[in-house]
Amino acid sequence: MKSAYSPIFRLIAGRLALGILSLVIVSLVIFLAVSMLPGDFATATLGRSATPETVAAFRERLGLDLPWYLRYFAWLGHAIAGDFGQSFSGRPVGQIIGPRLLNTLYLAALTALVAVPLAVGLGIVAALYRNRLPDRMLSAASLASISVPDFFFAYVLMLLLAINLGLFPTLASIRPSMGWDDKLYRMALPVLTLTLVILAHMMRNTRAAIISIMSRPFIEMAKLKGESPFSIVVHHALPNAIGPIASVVAINLAYLVAGVVVIEVVFVYPGIGQTMVDAVRNRDIPVIQACALIFSVTYILLNMIADIVSIVSNPRLLHAR
Amino acid sequence: MALSSMWRQRAADATRPGLLATIRRIPPTAWFGFAVILLYGGAALLAPWVAPYGENEVVSQTPFAPWGAEFWLGTDQLGRDFLSRIIFGARNSIGIALVTTILAFLIGGTLGIVAATMRGWTDQILSRLVDSLMSIPDLIFTLMLLAIFGSSVFNLIVIIAVIDATRVFRLARASAFNVVTLEFVEAAEARGEKLPWLVRQEILPNILPVLVSEFGLRFCFVFLSIAALSFLGVGLQPPMAEWGSMVRDNAALISSGDITPLIPAAAIALLTVGVNFVADWYLNETGGLSHDEG
Repeated sequence: MKSAYSPIFRLIAGRLALGILSLVIVSLVIFLAVSMLPGDFATATLGRSATPETVAAFRERLGLDLPWYLRYFAWLGHAIAGDFGQSFSGRPVGQIIGPRLLNTLYLAALTALVAVPLAVGLGIVAALYRNRLPDRMLSAASLASISVPDFFFAYVLMLLLAINLGLFPTLASIRPSMGWDDKLYRMALPVLTLTLVILAHMMRNTRAAIISIMSRPFIEMAKLKGESPFSIVVHHALPNAIGPIASVVAINLAYLVAGVVVIEVVFVYPGIGQTMVDAVRNRDIPVIQACALIFSVTYILLNMIADIVSIVSNPRLLHAR
Repeated sequence: MALSSMWRQRAADATRPGLLATIRRIPPTAWFGFAVILLYGGAALLAPWVAPYGENEVVSQTPFAPWGAEFWLGTDQLGRDFLSRIIFGARNSIGIALVTTILAFLIGGTLGIVAATMRGWTDQILSRLVDSLMSIPDLIFTLMLLAIFGSSVFNLIVIIAVIDATRVFRLARASAFNVVTLEFVEAAEARGEKLPWLVRQEILPNILPVLVSEFGLRFCFVFLSIAALSFLGVGLQPPMAEWGSMVRDNAALISSGDITPLIPAAAIALLTVGVNFVADWYLNETGGLSHDEG
């Protein structure tokens, strides 16, 4: 028993180790990027009239007077504990991004709830009607959605659903005091846009996963038994495709990371993406570092989950090495 | 004559019913793509002569003038002619995206081929470096670097090119790896040919179709990234006309049901669809062969 399972555990352990290594490297990159700040950054931020003393004090506040590895460990230790230091505006970074991070997670979770069943369903339809009209239409739509900028979707939906039909509010400015139904109503447009952004890719991958399984011998067996195409997909293909589909879902949720930034700005949604863009405009480095770290960690973790799911769900990987 | 070029010659002879037949085989989607690229290229090159007004010329006293005979698409938030801004925007957006993509291919392509031919430690170090850079989401990494270095045109080009070069590296390395292991390369190595000769005469010609087709797709990606960054207000800075920032600056019009701000966004989409069609056709026409061989 143990010998049969140990290779898969070794694979998973290897993938976990790789994930942790990339987390360390990413945190190091994000941290060191700040050390590459051009020399006059302090002067540039404080203005030309800054005295040498204020510049020195500013550098000290950034911790630029200590050796880099000490600063890195101090920064990382605090960041893991949720303390990202002081923003340049004087407020603690944690206080700025804490509630907004929750909002973004809420948005992403709702999007996943809508997009995942829809994408998997459409992917199955496309695979069933392979190279026929529904499939052609779906693949044309997915080419279009890959080519179109995210903000185009956002504004088209805003124009059609919010302004012409008056179904939803144009802006998704939610406040903590609102009830959940009011929040949901205001978030409808961003959720819909994000769904469109990730739908095509997820659908295409689901289609590919199902089609690759449909070419296996056991599917042919089921066909020869005279089962209907629907029953073949639901009873034979789908159970075997769950692993690949789960990993597709995880990878595509990682794509949400980029989509969320643009969509939050369009709909003025108080999330962490918008916070990061504002911080970039004001060059508020501690806030940027915190946001970049959160986004990257999410991205790496989702990719790692995708890989582990596909390792666990594919028995043939047992013999991969 | 290099062995590989004889090999390619034979392959070409086998599949060469003449240029005319190739042209006749071009599907309508690719023709559409060519037409779009030609139209945009023309607008970009001839902008000062085609555009009715100057890029930053304030032509109307009132901002957001409606569509009309004088200003076909109205004016923007500062009273500049919208159509002229779109035409000049083609020049800025396409020019910068093109330079960025070329730079990304120079960096990523060179390093990828070097990694595949040198193998060993060089390959290990370069590949691990690229892996770790790729584990940060593109947009987030770009935003962070722009905040640090500032959003000038030069910084934008270099930052996006370096991040995009990681993708080019992967592809160039993988396809060069396939070629390096083929017999004619080994034969050339055995003859004592030097690395630059190997790369120029044997490797590059054989991976070029894949790289050219990828160039189209990377260009689309870079183009969309720059538009997104400008839309967020951290890409190309005013008063430069850029499609992403034009959407942002005129977005207020949408709440009155005016579709003008959507035009630059649609222009972006049309170009990326067109380039995708052409790249697809090109890959089918040339790449299918080298894929099978690899």
